[in-house]
Amino acid sequence: MATNGKVTGIIANLVIVEADGPVSQNEICFINLKGVDLMAEVIKVLGVKAYTQVFESTRGLKIGADVKFMGHMLEVTLGPGILSRNYDGLQNDLDKMEGVFLKRGEYTESLNPEAEWEFTPMAKTGEKVEAGSWLGEVIEGWMPHKIMVPFKFEGTYTVKSVNAKGKYKTKDVIAVLTDEKGKDIEVTMMQKWPVKMPIKAYKEKPRPFKIMETGVRTMDTLNPLAEGGTGFVPGPFGCGKTVLQHAVSQQAEADMIIVTACGERANEVVEIFTEFPELDDPRTGRKLMERTTIICNTSNMPVAAREASVYTGMTIAEYYRSMGLKVLLLADSTSRWAQALREMSNRMEELPGPDAFPMDLPAIISNFYARAGFVYLNNGETGSITFLGTVSPAGGNLKEPVTESTKKAARCFYALNQDRADSKRYPAIDPIDSYSKYLEYPEIQEYLKNSISETWVDDVTLAKDILLRGKEASEQINILGDDGVPIDYHERYWKAEVIDFVILQQDAFDSIDKSTPFERQKFMMGQVLDIYRTKFNFATFEEVNPFFKAIINLFKQMNYAEFKSEKFNGYLNQINEKINERKAV
Amino acid sequence: METSAFQKIYTKITQITKATCSLNAQGVGYEEIALVNGRLAQVVKIQGDSVTLQIFSGTEGIPTNAEVVFLGKAPTIKVSDELAGRFFNAYGDPIDGGPAVDGKEVEIGGPSVNPVRRKQPSELIPTGIAGIDLNNTLVTGQKIPFFADPDQPFNQVMAMVALRAKADKIILGGMGLSNDDYLFFKNIFDNAGALDRIISFINTTENPPVERLLVPDMALTTAEYFAHEKHEKVLVLLTDMTLYADALSIVSNRMDQIPSKDSMPGSLYSDLAKIYEKAVQFPEGGSITIIAVTTLSGGDITHAIPDNTGYITEGQLFLRRDTDIGKVIVDPFRSLSRLKQLVIGKQTRKDHPQVMNAAIRLFADAANAKTKLENGFDLNDYDERTLKFAKDYSRELLAIDINIDIDSMLDTGWRLFAEHFNKTELGIKDELVEKYWPKN
Ligand SMILES: Nc1ncnc2c1ncn2[C@@H]1O[C@H](COP(=O)(O)OP(=O)(O)O)[C@@H](O)[C@H]1O
Ligand SMILES: [Mg+2]
Repeated sequence: MATNGKVTGIIANLVIVEADGPVSQNEICFINLKGVDLMAEVIKVLGVKAYTQVFESTRGLKIGADVKFMGHMLEVTLGPGILSRNYDGLQNDLDKMEGVFLKRGEYTESLNPEAEWEFTPMAKTGEKVEAGSWLGEVIEGWMPHKIMVPFKFEGTYTVKSVNAKGKYKTKDVIAVLTDEKGKDIEVTMMQKWPVKMPIKAYKEKPRPFKIMETGVRTMDTLNPLAEGGTGFVPGPFGCGKTVLQHAVSQQAEADMIIVTACGERANEVVEIFTEFPELDDPRTGRKLMERTTIICNTSNMPVAAREASVYTGMTIAEYYRSMGLKVLLLADSTSRWAQALREMSNRMEELPGPDAFPMDLPAIISNFYARAGFVYLNNGETGSITFLGTVSPAGGNLKEPVTESTKKAARCFYALNQDRADSKRYPAIDPIDSYSKYLEYPEIQEYLKNSISETWVDDVTLAKDILLRGKEASEQINILGDDGVPIDYHERYWKAEVIDFVILQQDAFDSIDKSTPFERQKFMMGQVLDIYRTKFNFATFEEVNPFFKAIINLFKQMNYAEFKSEKFNGYLNQINEKINERKAV
Repeated sequence: METSAFQKIYTKITQITKATCSLNAQGVGYEEIALVNGRLAQVVKIQGDSVTLQIFSGTEGIPTNAEVVFLGKAPTIKVSDELAGRFFNAYGDPIDGGPAVDGKEVEIGGPSVNPVRRKQPSELIPTGIAGIDLNNTLVTGQKIPFFADPDQPFNQVMAMVALRAKADKIILGGMGLSNDDYLFFKNIFDNAGALDRIISFINTTENPPVERLLVPDMALTTAEYFAHEKHEKVLVLLTDMTLYADALSIVSNRMDQIPSKDSMPGSLYSDLAKIYEKAVQFPEGGSITIIAVTTLSGGDITHAIPDNTGYITEGQLFLRRDTDIGKVIVDPFRSLSRLKQLVIGKQTRKDHPQVMNAAIRLFADAANAKTKLENGFDLNDYDERTLKFAKDYSRELLAIDINIDIDSMLDTGWRLFAEHFNKTELGIKDELVEKYWPKN
């Protein structure tokens, strides 16, 4: 029998419920407020008292209100029709909601029950299958979408029948499986999964061994993100976290992008709604929206659903990964999720950890990041989830709990630097502090050698070295004065500036400069390293600055020009002329 | 607010703190309002029979046998066109001697706009101030605060921006406003002949601080009426949000919540976001633009209030006195308008983004040269030129007393580039340099 309860306490969105039967941690319940059911999640149980976080405003709620427990955790609905949707943090379809303003207690269907999908069977009668096995395929937009044995199925099953090719709705039975005890079970194209549990329907999760191209030079060239890898972008407000994520979401080489807007500005999501249906996917020529799903819980939407939103995003990512796809999951900002946890923990009067965040914050964050990864599915195919999150450190101070916990969990660190942002050196990723642990992986090094060039890894190390030495030179110049240091120091500084201006800085709003494929990155890297290796003739330090300024100016023009176009080559020639004039012989 | 005869009156208060009182009561709704000896209060916590009320005007003199009446609703305001030209206190009661306003009664702090029902902001708001229009262009539907130390003339600049913005309605939410500033706003709007477009909700330093908590919701619920139902362009001015946040911390401290950074409540981000996210562009043409003031202490933007604000708003306008020219400028480094890229170079001239960035980069170079000078080093020729440029740039473009159109700002930019630099020192696209570099 289902458990019921009555409200006995209300503190903002923390509602205490006295239950008349068993309840489980993270169970979902509905609280009745004047005929409207408000969804809530159990986050603590003390005796017969269930502490619940309500995913809605509790305004007007009274003691004694009826509560129904649902017997399951917070779940998402998985099936064809997720692609290109705009969901809230609980996977309600925002487009299906009525009116301009959100109404509490309005929950809409995640999948369109009326839509018909052209199904092609893949499994054969008599075949042994298990959770995640591919039974058939429908085409979702342009993408082959696998219909799988539900992830909740344990053990092995025998396919009794699979429907013939034809049009079906998500709730139609498309296969019958027989379990080990001989019982027949019907399978539809739709299944549910609790968001806080990882989907583990794969054979093996090796270390990432490939690079995911993002088109952002300072990432790809200096600190690449691996396919199936994890990274995070901490930075003070206004330094470019969101612009960077949007750039990556537009250009990254992935089959599917899930953008989780977690507790940030509504207008930033509106930008995606507005622009993605118009913008072309540089790789396929389709519209960007056709490979994107948005999960959006903006800062004015209920706080508890903010936490849910990142899990909803991750679970959908795991679902598509199980189809053998390359998924990129973005979350902006994971700090808002941590703050949502903090708000609840404070309301429950738990013993606080550093900065009043819950004690188990590091564990929560690392469990979440651990769900990303490259996998070999049980059928030998591969799939991946690459995860890139932003962190919004309080006061821009990276020594705060969310940044520190995330640093332990993520393998790439892209630190945004306020000074760089102030002087409009975008993207403001600090080239010295940032890192990609993947560059140290032998398998990644092998991959880069094979796919870019034999010397690439050494080139990258050299470029980082030049940047570091340039910084040191600039510090020396600042301490000793322009004429207090050898001319060499000026040259060293400006050679680093060339890398900064040509490789690191990238105009996210220029139609050409915003995305640079690897081939072009490799070419430009070759150019700047050639300059580094060239010995120049300068009589005084005063000749150094104008020379490099002019070179940088030409390179910038090149970055704005179509790769290898006439214009591009023209600037290249001018650069070579300038270099030859100054070359030491 | 009236009470009606059948309402139950409670007279046994069990606990009183500086901002709250508790009593035993039944059938009370969360966030419901009540009168405690005639003072407005709101339910902030219910535990079994025990109800905790936050009393907006403070608990001074409240006895344990105070009369408590619950009103069965959240705080409301009556909205109608009659609001125009009127001045109210934080409760929405008139303070201008006029009659009470009649209209549709709506709860303040209502639901959020469904993000998919928003329209992307796209209408530029010209202010004539180059520190804003050139470097930090504003757009309708935007939310942006001035970050300024208390001695900066932020209210003056805000009033100027408001009057130049060509809004259908200007709604002023004053929180902890000094009486002088209140009269300043009243005068300047009156002199501009704009009083009939202005609606004010005022909490002055003479009023109890916790009352302020009602002001933004009053102002924004009114704004929603005009923007959503009347399709008007509404500009909401909120000053000073730092004092609003201080009031939040007073209440949360009284409720024994664990404070987070700078003694602010852990929910500060959500609390501020609920206010600022009311800024919106509706598809039917109405919009709510929020310009706020967040006062800083000693220019510190890492304090929890400006810090959380910056993470929520679509940029910030940082006012600072430039001692080189003896004027207040909109600091190009810390200021930002996140929505500017929706309009610059699109609704303004194509050279706008690059002129803006080049000038700021040169200003940054000048800052480096200044450091060099302060450290006692000789300046090279380029350093010297950046310093001269910076002074001209500050005087002719960044100062808040500038009032010119955007084309003139861009022309001024090019003129200053040409006076101090050569073409290759700018890093601007060739085609733009060819087109706009002054010919003589
Ligand atoms: N790559 C870039 N190119 C040009 N401008 C940028 C770039 N990155 C950031 N900006 C500027 O900085 C502003 C703030 O960036 P945003 O990503 O919103 O910051 P955050 O998310 O860190 O608060 C943007 O509105 C834009 O003006
Ligand atoms: Mg952001």
